[in-house]
Amino acid sequence: MAENTVTEITGTGIPLRGNDIDTDRIVPARFLKCVTFDGIGEHAFADDIKGLAAKGETHSFAAARFANAAVLVANQNFGCGSSREHAPQSLQRWGIRAIIAESYSEIFYGNCVSLAIPCFTADHETCAQLQATIESNPEGELTLDIATATATGPCGTIALQIQPGAQSQFLDGSWNARSGLLGNLAAAKEVAEKLPYVSNYA
Amino acid sequence: MGQNLYHKVFDRHCVAQLPSGQFQLFIGLHLIHEVTSPQAFSMVREQNLSVPFPERTFATVDHIIPTTGAGRQRPLQDPLAEEMLQHIEQNTADFGINFFSPDKNDQGIVHVIGPERGLTQPGMTIACGDSHTSTHGAFGTLAFGIGTSQVADVLATQTLAMAKLKVRRINFTGALQPGVYAKDVALAYINSLGVNGGVGFAYEFGGEVIDRMTMEERMTVCNMSIEGGARCGYVNPDETTFDYLNGRDYCPEGEAWERAVADWQNLASDADADYDDVIEIKGEDIEPFVTWGITPAQSVGVGQKLPAVDSFAEADQLVVREAYEYMSFEEGQPIADTPVDVVFIGSCTNGRMSDLREAAKFVKGKKVAEGVRALVVPGSQEVARQAIAEGLDKVFDEAGFQWREAGCSMCLAMNPDQLQGNEISASTSNRNFKGRQGSPTGRTLLMSPAMAAVAAVEGKVTDVRNHLEN
Repeated sequence: MAENTVTEITGTGIPLRGNDIDTDRIVPARFLKCVTFDGIGEHAFADDIKGLAAKGETHSFAAARFANAAVLVANQNFGCGSSREHAPQSLQRWGIRAIIAESYSEIFYGNCVSLAIPCFTADHETCAQLQATIESNPEGELTLDIATATATGPCGTIALQIQPGAQSQFLDGSWNARSGLLGNLAAAKEVAEKLPYVSNYA
Repeated sequence: MGQNLYHKVFDRHCVAQLPSGQFQLFIGLHLIHEVTSPQAFSMVREQNLSVPFPERTFATVDHIIPTTGAGRQRPLQDPLAEEMLQHIEQNTADFGINFFSPDKNDQGIVHVIGPERGLTQPGMTIACGDSHTSTHGAFGTLAFGIGTSQVADVLATQTLAMAKLKVRRINFTGALQPGVYAKDVALAYINSLGVNGGVGFAYEFGGEVIDRMTMEERMTVCNMSIEGGARCGYVNPDETTFDYLNGRDYCPEGEAWERAVADWQNLASDADADYDDVIEIKGEDIEPFVTWGITPAQSVGVGQKLPAVDSFAEADQLVVREAYEYMSFEEGQPIADTPVDVVFIGSCTNGRMSDLREAAKFVKGKKVAEGVRALVVPGSQEVARQAIAEGLDKVFDEAGFQWREAGCSMCLAMNPDQLQGNEISASTSNRNFKGRQGSPTGRTLLMSPAMAAVAAVEGKVTDVRNHLEN
C-alpha cells in the first residue's frame, strides 16, 4: 500500500469564507445528472460564481489568482447537507488536494477521506488568518504535513488538527477502506449468520 | 448502567476494529437510487468485485423521475435522466438486485418505500447514498447516509467502516399544541441546537411527544437529523412500531413475528441507559415553524418577526447577512403574510399518507390562491394508490393543485419540477439551501404540510392555527 500513502500536500491556497457552505452550493443538483464523475470539476460552485458575478463580484473559485490552488481554507460546518460524493469529487477535479476548515459535516469528511483529500481543522482565528494571508499572497505555497498536522508557508508554521484515524489512513495508505473491508469478508459472513433478521427470524 | 439502542445495535453488527480505529459494521439493509449508485457499480466492475449479498440491497428511481404521466414515457425526454434510469435497470439486473420500478408500479422515494414494504425493521443497520437515510431511524435502526465510494464498499462487502458516535437523548416533554406537527418538532430541535449541533452525535428522540407520535410522524422527525448535523437519529421501537410493521411484505409472520418482536423489545434503550448528553424541549413551547433563510436552522415561529443580525453569534453573522440578501427579506419583518408563488407538498420528509391527509383537510372545498402554482407529489406509487382510494387526489385537484406521480420532485429539482427565477416556495421538504429547488435564485420556506396547504389557499404564509375549525 506504500504507493497510496499521503504524507504531504504542497500548493497555493484558496480562501472561501462563510459558515454552513452546503454540498448543493459546492455542486448544484442539476450537475448530478451523470453516470461518471468526469467533468464535474467544471461545475464547482457554479451558481455561487454566477450569483456573485451578477453583482460585479468574483467568487474565489472564479478568480484567476486562485486558479491553480490546491489548499482550500473554509470556515464552520463545511460540506453540510447532501451525502453526494459529487461535491468532493468536484473540488478534487477542480484541483483541491487538501482542506483546512473550522469543522466539517461528517458525511462530507468521510467522502474526502475516501478520495485521499486530507481535511484539517483549525480554530476561527487560524482559518481567518490563513484566508487573509492567501488573499494578500495568492502565490505563496503552503506545505501541509500529515504526520505533524502543520501548515508551513508565508506565515510560518501553524499547528492544525487532524482526526487520528484519518491521519493514520493517509500515512499508511489505507484511506480507501475497501481493501481492508474485503479482507474481513469471511468474518462479515459470520456476523450475518448470527443476526436474527438475516434469516427473517426463522 | 444500562445500554442505549445505538450501542446494542452497533455491537451486534461489529465485524472487526480496523487499524484506523474505526469499526467494520455489517449493513443489514442497503438502499440505492439512480443518482449515487452508477459510479459505485463502475468501481465494483473496475475492481472485478462481486456483490456477495445482493438480496440485502434494494433499488428504486426517485430523484430524476418526472412526475407527470406523459413525462414518464420512455425514453425520458431528458437524455441524462434516461441514461441514469437505464444504468440502474442494467446494474440491478446484472447483480441480481430487486428494483422497485415504475414498470412494476412499486416505485417511490427510497425512504418511503423501505418502511412501507417492511424492509426497514428495528435493530438493523441501514445505509443508502442519500443523507436522509436517517429517516429509517424512526424504527429503532442505525441508518446512515453515505457517499458513492461507500456505496461501492457496501455492494462489495455488505459492510462499512464507521466511527462510533456519541449519543444525545432529546426529550420532547408534554404535548404539542393543536396545529403543531412533527415537522415543527424537527425544525424546533434544529433551531435550538443548530445545523452543526449534532456533529459527532447520534440523536435519540424520546419523551411523551415522540411516544404519542405515529410512525410517519417519527419518520419526519428522524428524517431531518442530518439537517441538525447528526449522522443518524432514532426512536426506540415500541408497540406503535410493531403495529405499523405487522403484516408488511418483508416482515416475518406467525411465530417468527413473535420472536422478532421479542428481539426488538430487547434492543430498545434500557431505562437506566447512559447518554453522552441529554436535553429537553417542551412540547408546549413549539410553534408552527417557518424557515426564512438558507439553512434549516434559520427559522422562526409563524407568529414571530425575523431576527436581528446582531442577535446571532459573530461567527454566524456572515451567513445570516447572506441569507437576508439572498431572500430579499429585512430584519424585523414578520414571516406571516409573506407572499408565496409555489407550494410543494411531498418529499421523503412529508410525502406520506398522513401528510397528504392533513394537507387535504385544509384544502377541501377551497381554491388555491390566484397566481400560486401548487403541487402534491406522493412519496411512492403505493401512497398515490391509497390517496386516490381515499379521494384525496380529487380534493387537491378540485382546489387547483396539480396531482402528480411519485418522486423526489421539487425537493431538489433534478426532474422537470423546478422553481423559476426568484420565486418563493412554501415547501414541505427538508432543505432551504440556495438554489435547492432548481432555480439558482429560487427561495424556499420550509414548513409543515398543513402550513403549506394553508399557504396555497391564502397565497401567503399563514398561521395554520387560525384555520383549525376545518
